[in-house]
Amino acid sequence: MKKDPSKFDFTVRPKGETSVWLTAAGLALGTLMVLGLLGLVFVEGFKVFWPSDVIEVTLKGDSSFAQNGHVIAGTITKKQKKLRGGAEEWQLFLGNKDAYGFGFKYIDHAHIESIQKPLDIVVAERTEYGDAIFYPQKITLNASESVSIDHQDFFKVFENQLQIIDQRRDEIYTIEKVEIGEINRKMELLQQKKKSLDPASLETESILNSLAELQTKYEVLASSAKVLRNQQDLSTLEYQLPTGEERSLSLGNFIRIHRPNQMNVFEKIGHFFAEIYRFLTERPREANTEGGIFPAIFGTFIMTVLMSAAVMPFGVIAAIYLREYASQGALVQATRIAVNNLAGVPSIVFGVFGLGFFVYFLGGSIDQLFFSDRLPTATFGTGGILWASLTLALMTVPVVIVATEEALAAVPRGAREASLACGASKWQTIQRIVLPVSAPGILTGLILAMARGAGEVAPLMLVGVVKLAPSLPIDGLFPFVHFERKFMHLGFHIYDLGFQSPDSEAARPMVFATTLLLIILVIFLNLGAIFLRNHLRKKYTSSSF
Amino acid sequence: METKPTTSTTTPSDDQFIQIDNFDFHYGTKQVLFNLNIDIPKEQVTAFIGPSGCGKSTLLRSINRMNDLVDGAHHSGDIRVNGQSVFNPLLEVISLRKRVGMVFQKSNPFPKSIYENVVYSLRVAGRNGKEQLDEVVETSLKGAALWEEVKDRLHDSALGLSGGQMQRLCIARAIANKPEVILMDEPCSALDPIATGRIEELIHELKNDFTILIVTHNMQQAARVSDRTAFFYLGNLIEYNKTDEIFMNPKETQTEAYVTGRFG
Repeated sequence: MKKDPSKFDFTVRPKGETSVWLTAAGLALGTLMVLGLLGLVFVEGFKVFWPSDVIEVTLKGDSSFAQNGHVIAGTITKKQKKLRGGAEEWQLFLGNKDAYGFGFKYIDHAHIESIQKPLDIVVAERTEYGDAIFYPQKITLNASESVSIDHQDFFKVFENQLQIIDQRRDEIYTIEKVEIGEINRKMELLQQKKKSLDPASLETESILNSLAELQTKYEVLASSAKVLRNQQDLSTLEYQLPTGEERSLSLGNFIRIHRPNQMNVFEKIGHFFAEIYRFLTERPREANTEGGIFPAIFGTFIMTVLMSAAVMPFGVIAAIYLREYASQGALVQATRIAVNNLAGVPSIVFGVFGLGFFVYFLGGSIDQLFFSDRLPTATFGTGGILWASLTLALMTVPVVIVATEEALAAVPRGAREASLACGASKWQTIQRIVLPVSAPGILTGLILAMARGAGEVAPLMLVGVVKLAPSLPIDGLFPFVHFERKFMHLGFHIYDLGFQSPDSEAARPMVFATTLLLIILVIFLNLGAIFLRNHLRKKYTSSSF
Repeated sequence: METKPTTSTTTPSDDQFIQIDNFDFHYGTKQVLFNLNIDIPKEQVTAFIGPSGCGKSTLLRSINRMNDLVDGAHHSGDIRVNGQSVFNPLLEVISLRKRVGMVFQKSNPFPKSIYENVVYSLRVAGRNGKEQLDEVVETSLKGAALWEEVKDRLHDSALGLSGGQMQRLCIARAIANKPEVILMDEPCSALDPIATGRIEELIHELKNDFTILIVTHNMQQAARVSDRTAFFYLGNLIEYNKTDEIFMNPKETQTEAYVTGRFG
């Protein structure tokens, strides 16, 4: 069809604009990948806390999956098609690892004869062997009085007992960690003092006396802890497994129970948030596969803050000299290129450097100078949160330098000239005008540095991160901040759970939950910095320079 | 001919308050000012006019050594303010800039409060007494005809002012230091006619206390505000005389062509 030249043709696109779709597709693909990643981590991470229903499966008579009887019960963790044949199979979490020897089991859907949801089945969190799933029978209190399941207040008594046991557990922890820890610290100090004194002097005698005094105190505390521990095991629970096996276990092994099949949606939501709260605030148990991850959150946070505190002044000062004072020549250009390249050095290299320089050289020297009485036990001469933070600060300093340089360069000439024309010196101009105006840009650099530093794992493994830290880097014991201590870190925690755990199936949900938390922590740290930056931007820009 | 910078502080006559002597200026290898000799009188307004790129701003910025910031800039000859060479190596550039204030083409208040903008030069000089600062703020803002408009919001951000107010704030900031000379580099080029009118009135009042040098592209403005006018062309001083003479009775044909708008 011939076109009418007198009319506009609205269907023709301008030349060259046809491949806009390519850029749009690129953006869409990137967004999709990010959303996919976040979606996976969110769904898998939050699933851990949701109390799923427990199903009781009766297998067919001739099923090869039946081992100790034909009835098993657990929560469905996965439904998938078999690679060969395509038959559907389910993965169930059975719990009761002490009885079965395994926690998870795959069964073919075809082998299932019937499925029930028994209302009175109990899921219990324990201090050992993971969760238990069972029908309770009888509680024997203090080896005499007993309450049977037929009693109307059975669960009231059960939960009441668990509460008492939980309080006692806290008491034991306080005695063993806090009070005995304090005594140990005092004794250690006295021992060191004794070493440096003449053994015949009067002072040595008084030290020996106070040591003996502390030793008695220690024994009193230790015996009271032992009494409490024995009390934990006085009451026992008799219960029946879904397979029919009867077992009994002392109540001290149980932490808390719930009956998922009796809960309505609101109760489940309540349980969900309570679980999240416990995950955030409790210490890990059972090789980190159970319990909370509070020490890892705290360690990551303190490390990131320490790192920022080290990297900010250092990077900004370096950038000020590089941009404002150094005469721009070949040498400065070479320095700039070197700094930029430093940002691309693999992080493990920084870890090796941190180990060699901070830990062995600096830490070793500090030990020789200030803690020589404790040698050969290293104080600073071993990995710790301070060295880890400094290593990461070194790793992220190029990011801050580059961002600060750019921010300084972007300060309008007019602002500098106005200040100089008022009789300000160059330093006064930088301090009073240039730095405030470039603060948002500098903070952008800090945000990038924090995002990189908080998620880094490899160098930390060399300079102080551990699987399980006995105590936090900041606590109630004098001198309250212990930057020489080893610490736990969310990133390392993920690695440890996923690859170093004895039961990887049991650890898998925790990997996702911890990943989710790491992402959220990084987002929060960044949001804080972005909020600050926007506040500064509002304050300092919109000017008509 | 090279004149040595003089260290003596012989007080010159009022007609020679600023002396520019055989002044050459180069940006790298490019020479932009050629052998300038001008005497600028005290407490009068002197306008520098000429087409773009003729070097008038460069000359102005040489007087308070703003050109120090430019890489590769160098000069020969001398400029003396009140008998003292501005290039004297013994003279701190900071004390020079305290004596020679400057107002820029684009108003450039600091991202601080109005109050802090005015007292900036006092703060950097280490003068922090509250009463003294309050007094300086009031006199400076009154001197810049801004007091009535901002006296109730001295602690608001200066960036909330209008363009004309900002430029008057910059003038207040320049006079807060009580300089001897104020350099104005096209102070009205970004302003509307009403704001321009107010600044021009202000210049009239300021010349009672300050020696003012103004660079302008606006012929009428030069004619209205200045007592003397210098016309530059391609880095050379073509003509320098009383403003009336330059505009009514120019001696050079180039000057006549420029002031009547036939070129430039």
